[in-house]
This record gives sequence, structure tokens and C-alpha cells, in this order.
Amino acid sequence: MNRVYINGISTVAPHQPFAVEAAGNSGERLSYLQVRKPEYRKYIEPKAMRRMSKIVRMSIVAAKEALQDSSVEQPDAIVTGTGMGCQADTEKFLNSMINNKETLLNPTAFIQSTHNTIGAQVALILGNTNYNMTYVHRTFSFESALLDSLMLISEGEAVNVLVGGVDEITEESHLIKTRIGYYKKEPVRDGDFYHDKQPGAVAGESASFFVLSSQKNDHSYASVDGISTFYRPSGREETAEKVRYFLKENHLTVEDVDFVLMGYNGDTEFDGIYDLLVGDLFARNTIIRYKHLCGEHDASSAFATCVAAKLFREKVIPGLMLKQGRGTVPGKNILIYNQFRNINHSLILLGRP
Amino acid sequence: MEELIEQLKKQIIEQLNLEDLEPGDIDPEDPLFGNGLGLDSIDALELIVLLEKEYGVKIENPRDGQQIFFSVKSMAEYITQHQK
Amino acid sequence: MPPKVIVTGAGIITSIGNNVDETFQALISGQSGIQSIQVLDTVHNNDFVLGEVPYTHEELLQMAKPHPHKPLTRTALLGIIAARQACQDAGIDLNDGLKTGLVSATTVGGMDRSELFYKDFLHKAEANPFIDTHHAGNSTEMIAEMLEIKDLMTTISTACSSSLNSLMFGARLIKSGMVDRVVAGGTDGLSKFTLNGFNTLMILDKNLCRPFDAERKGLNLGEGAAYLVLENEKSARQSGKTIYAELAGYANANDAFHQTASSEHGEGPFLAMQKALHKADFKPADIDYINVHGTGTENNDLTEGRAMIRLFGDRLPAFSSTKAFTGHTLGAAGAVESVISILALQNNVVFPNLNFRTPMPEPGLTPVTETVEKELHHVLTNSFGFGGNDSSLVFSKVKKT
Repeated sequence: MNRVYINGISTVAPHQPFAVEAAGNSGERLSYLQVRKPEYRKYIEPKAMRRMSKIVRMSIVAAKEALQDSSVEQPDAIVTGTGMGCQADTEKFLNSMINNKETLLNPTAFIQSTHNTIGAQVALILGNTNYNMTYVHRTFSFESALLDSLMLISEGEAVNVLVGGVDEITEESHLIKTRIGYYKKEPVRDGDFYHDKQPGAVAGESASFFVLSSQKNDHSYASVDGISTFYRPSGREETAEKVRYFLKENHLTVEDVDFVLMGYNGDTEFDGIYDLLVGDLFARNTIIRYKHLCGEHDASSAFATCVAAKLFREKVIPGLMLKQGRGTVPGKNILIYNQFRNINHSLILLGRP
Repeated sequence: MEELIEQLKKQIIEQLNLEDLEPGDIDPEDPLFGNGLGLDSIDALELIVLLEKEYGVKIENPRDGQQIFFSVKSMAEYITQHQK
Repeated sequence: MPPKVIVTGAGIITSIGNNVDETFQALISGQSGIQSIQVLDTVHNNDFVLGEVPYTHEELLQMAKPHPHKPLTRTALLGIIAARQACQDAGIDLNDGLKTGLVSATTVGGMDRSELFYKDFLHKAEANPFIDTHHAGNSTEMIAEMLEIKDLMTTISTACSSSLNSLMFGARLIKSGMVDRVVAGGTDGLSKFTLNGFNTLMILDKNLCRPFDAERKGLNLGEGAAYLVLENEKSARQSGKTIYAELAGYANANDAFHQTASSEHGEGPFLAMQKALHKADFKPADIDYINVHGTGTENNDLTEGRAMIRLFGDRLPAFSSTKAFTGHTLGAAGAVESVISILALQNNVVFPNLNFRTPMPEPGLTPVTETVEKELHHVLTNSFGFGGNDSSLVFSKVKKT
């Protein structure tokens, strides 16, 4: 398979990776992380924007910026991954339906609630009639979108693919998921993200889009060399084995991996899985954390990909990101490993272009 | 009728989330769809809900909406004729 | 040269039957499954007709015989029933060393349970077991666990075209060599959310829908699940499997016109059909039958009709919509209609487009209205959805060797 390059990146997130100001360390007390709102009007006409919920707006901004970053006007395909889709509109319609006893309901929220709204709105705004797909499978969503994109390029069906991972947090969904232990019950001080003793993660949101291409250029950030997902491993041995196997398929040993981005999210119940893997395989590698910048959400691996791809251009790794190892770049291979409550595990391998 | 027209303008702006508009910006005789405000088929459905919710006027066939929703004035006239 | 992708198993449950055989019987005898509401508990009880799978939640639990301690939604139960049928039909042995993937699709996921318990989700402190079954990937994971598929799984959600896209992605996974076989399809259980949502769009017919008819008033919603087992031709022939058809062509395009309405000349539908034929290396004249999307809405049937004329000119093959049998099964529609297309292919029969009386003035097309015997070699099936997500698949008869 020929290499596939990331030629454009944009993320709308609570914090930009490698931004100048101290990120994830403000001392503020947070229930969850929210994106820093871009100037939406710069990207979207008011007439189009009036129906769009936050998640759609975020996505359009990130998609447009990624395209501009790559100088591609019309991608050959648009592929989106979202774990929960358009939550705000779903809640709006559902609550309205329940409270009004199924009468006099408004169509807009229903129309905007379907999972493929994001990919569809991006296509609509670009006037793009090419391949368009949406994956909705918790923390496999962006991974599936990425896999599909790599396949499209490898099949010769596309030269440039716009691929994104998006998820939003809402007050209501946060409340509901806190009840089942997904999120911490009490707010956490920003900066204590990884040390807070409550079970559960700190939730967040982001929209990250990339332009993948079969063509390398001076602007290429990274190559996407491999992707793998696995489900409910039987234990730490199987997890370690799957990771080793993935690296081997990509002609790498554990020692060849310069950086490992790990999805630590402050959940005392499940962060131990990362520690076990570090102990089993990566005791001597540089381990990087990123979720204090975006919070826990299904599509956070898209944000992680953004961090990893940009990492090749950085010289130093900021303090809170560095869990162990040396703080300086360069490197040739970056592995991203994320798992959700030991159910969905995923691996993404990036290479220096 | 004047009062109804002013009230309708406010409700339309709110229901359709036309954030940038003031009631004064809408001429009651201007077409709402196509050129005027550039509303579309989803807006037409929202206006059908608006009429039933706020004025108890039911529109069974969305096709009729084209005439009824031509302008704020035609909406007001329809409401006046059909409101119980 | 990438391998051919063939179908070695099928499973289905809809309002017209609990399995493939029952489905076939209903189709050839013109027996629709759409009727007044029996199962869904809604205030609109007497207002609409639906294609419901005529079993309560408890009855479906009995049929699916699932794990005792996992909460299951209607969508998941329907999916388990159909996917298991497909695997049994194909005689899959998961210990044979071949890699097996699962690609499923759904539009509303676990909403059938979520909407019942949503007030509890919001106001009751203790955890409700259906909080975690809401997301679209849940039914896929429940199917994977029941079938013990672990190698690769994902879920697609592109409105009405969802499960055609599952089949397409499944085929591509096999061609890429990533897996040797895939269980692919979709599932959607009916919910009040869906019924009310479509009602706000004013595209539901209160009576039986009339696809492609001049007097059509809208669609009837349905529910169900269907899955195909797709395999690499070489390994299937080696193991002596029964081959139902080849998945010869597939394509996905976007209409990019409006969130819910199709463009005037059906650009997305046209591109999807055209690209699917191109993928199969067929000319329009090679197609013997089209199982159209044909929902019975004013907009879809008109634009789909126009797109068909654009592509086929005056050599339009026999076509029919089977949505007047099953209703519009949304996330399952593509897979349901793929099973129906394969039944047509296997039995050399075109199923009728029920409730048709008069062609639309323009483009003036007449579907097949009675069950007709016809030798079929290649069948095209369409699914066109909200968000302009349009997909088409081509199934071909395979020569026995």
C-alpha cells in the first residue's frame, strides 16, 4: 500500500495542542471541558447557520479550515466519525415529544438529530456530491472513518479525503452519563485532571478534521501508517499481544516507537489499563497524555491524531502532556492508543512524512 | 390586523431563529419564500406548527402552505379567516 | 485482481416474515405487513399504519434467546435474530481460522428503550440499564457478542441508505484482504421518536402507501433487520458453500442539495446508480430489475424516477418498490431490500409494486404491479436518504461451477 499523508489539519477544541498559553492548568473548577467558540459567522452564512447546533457548527469550521490548510477545494470523499452524533437536537426533540405528549412538535430538531447530519451539512456547504459516509460506533467511530479513508485512497477511488471525528457534550447527556459512572460526580480543578481521586472521567468535546492524501508535499504533517481496533480483550496479556502484533504488522518493534499517546482521562477505574500496558511494553518509551486538552468523548482519538501529527513539528513537549520519558522531539513513529472502559480499544500509527 | 402582523413577525423571527432580523426589517407584503427572506420547505413546516400552536389554525396539506405563507400579510389574513 | 464478493447467507425479520422463507411467501402472494398499530404505544395509535414486526419486546426476547444479563433494545433484538439466521444459513464456523467482520447499521439505535425511560434518566439518581444502550454502536456490539465475532466491527448511520452502505463497506473490506468474510446489514426498531419525527415532516401516508403512483401521499414506516454473509469467492467455493449471488457493484454519492429533499433532477440518485453500474463494469442495458427506493413520498418517487430516466433512457428495466410490503425500514431498508433482490434473482421473479394505479404525469413510469416470472441476471437496488446520502448496489446471479 502506498503511504497516505495528512496534508491539512484543523481542530475546534477546548484547547489547541501546543498553543502558547498554559493549557489545562488554569486552576478553574470544571464539570466538563467545552470548546473555545470560533467566530462562526466567519465560516457560515447566518441563513444556513440558524438551524445548526453546536456540533454542526464546530464541524463545518474544522472541515473548512482543514481544507484551506491543505489547499484542497473539493475532496474526493467526506468521511465522518461521531460516537453520539447530534445530542443537543436529539434531546430537544425527545424532551419536546415527551413533554408535549407527541403533539405540535417542531421538525427542525428532528431533521438535525440524525447522525449523518454533520457529514451531510459539510457536503451541502461545499456542494460536494462525492462519496459521503458516517460511522457511529462509540470510540471506534473516528477509527472506522480513518480506515475507510485509507481504503478509498488505496483503492484508487480518491486522492484527497476529508475525514473528521466529532462529538459534543451537553448538560443533559453529562448528567445522565454521570449516573452510570462515566463522569466524575464533582467538578475537578483544571490541572488536577489526572490526579483527582473520583472514579469517572472528565468529559469534553471537539471537532477535528484532516485532509488525507496519496500525494506528499512540503506541507505534509505526517503519514498514517496503520489503524486497528479490538473489542473486550480478555485481559492485559491479550491487550499487550494485540499491540505487539499491530506493531509487527507495521514492521516495528516496541523500541521503534518514539512516542506513545495514551488516552488517560483521569478515570481512576480504567486509567490503570494504560499503566499496565506501559509496564508490559512501553516502560522505556516516551508517553504523552492529551485528554486534559479536550476531555473524554468518543471522537477524542481524532484530537489525539491532531496532536500526534503536529508533534512532528514541535521541539519540546509541554509539561502536563509528558507522562514519562524525554521531553524533546524529533522522532519517526508515533503510536496512539485509546481504550474506553476496557471495551473498545484502538491503535493509530503515524509516521514522519 | 396591524397588531397581528407585528406579532406574527416576532413569532416568525423566533420560531425560525432568524437572529439577524428585527420585525422592522420584514415588509408584510414581501415574499417569504424564494427571493424575499429565502425560507425553505423546512421553514414552511415550522410555520405550519406555529399556526396551530399559537392560533389553533390547522393546515392539513403542506402544499397549501405555498399560498398561505406567501407573505406575513397573507398569513395574517388566513389566520383571521380561519381562527375559531 | 481483487477477489469477487459473494453472498453465502441471509437472515431477515420484518412485518412480512420472521425469516427468508416467510418473506418470500409473503412477496409472491402479495401479502403486505402494513396495518394499524399493534405494538407501539403512542397517542397516534389510530392515525397511522405501520409495518411492525408483530411481537412485543418480551416476545422478541424469547425469540432472540440472548445473554441473560445484558439489557437489550428492540433494535438489538431484531438485529440478533436476523444476524444469527444469516450466520446459520452460511454455516459459518468461527473456529476455521478465517477473519470475520461485522458491519451493521442503524438510524435510531436504542431509542425505543431510551424514550420510555428518559424521564428516569434525567430525574432518578440510580443508574438505568438502558442509558448505555442508546448509542448506535450498542446493537452492533450485542450482535457481535451473540455471534462471537471479535475481529472487526463497526456501525454506519447514513439515514435511509445506512445498510446498503454496510454491505458496500463489507465488500470493500473483503476486497482489501482485511477480512475473509463479513456479516453486513442493518437494524432499526420502531420508536415514537421516529414516528413523531416523520410526522412533523408531513410525509406519512395515513393509509397504505402508493409508491410511484400519481396520487401518492407519503410513506409508511416499518421496522426490521436483515443481514447478508459476504465472503471472498475463492474461500467460499473451496468450502463448498451455497452461493446466492455476487455483490458485483456498489456506489455512494451525495445529493448536496437540501437536508431532506432531493434535487430536482435527482443528481445524487443518478450518480449513485451510475457509479454502481460502472463499478460492476455493466451497461444500463445489463440490468434486468430495479428494486427502487420508492418510499411513496412526492419528492422521492419523482426525483428517483427522473434519475432512472436519465440513466436508462427509454430502456428502463422492470422495476418495483417493495416498501408497500414492509414499510420503510429505515436503517434496515438497504439490507432488507437486498435480501428481497436476491430472492428475486434466485427465483427469477419480479415482486409487485403494490397499491399502484396511475403513473405520475411526469416522468410517467409504470412499475411491475403483479408477481411476474422473468429471467434475471443482474438486479440493481437503491436506497436514498436524508442528508443526501444516496447508495446503490448491484447483485448478479453466479454460475454454479
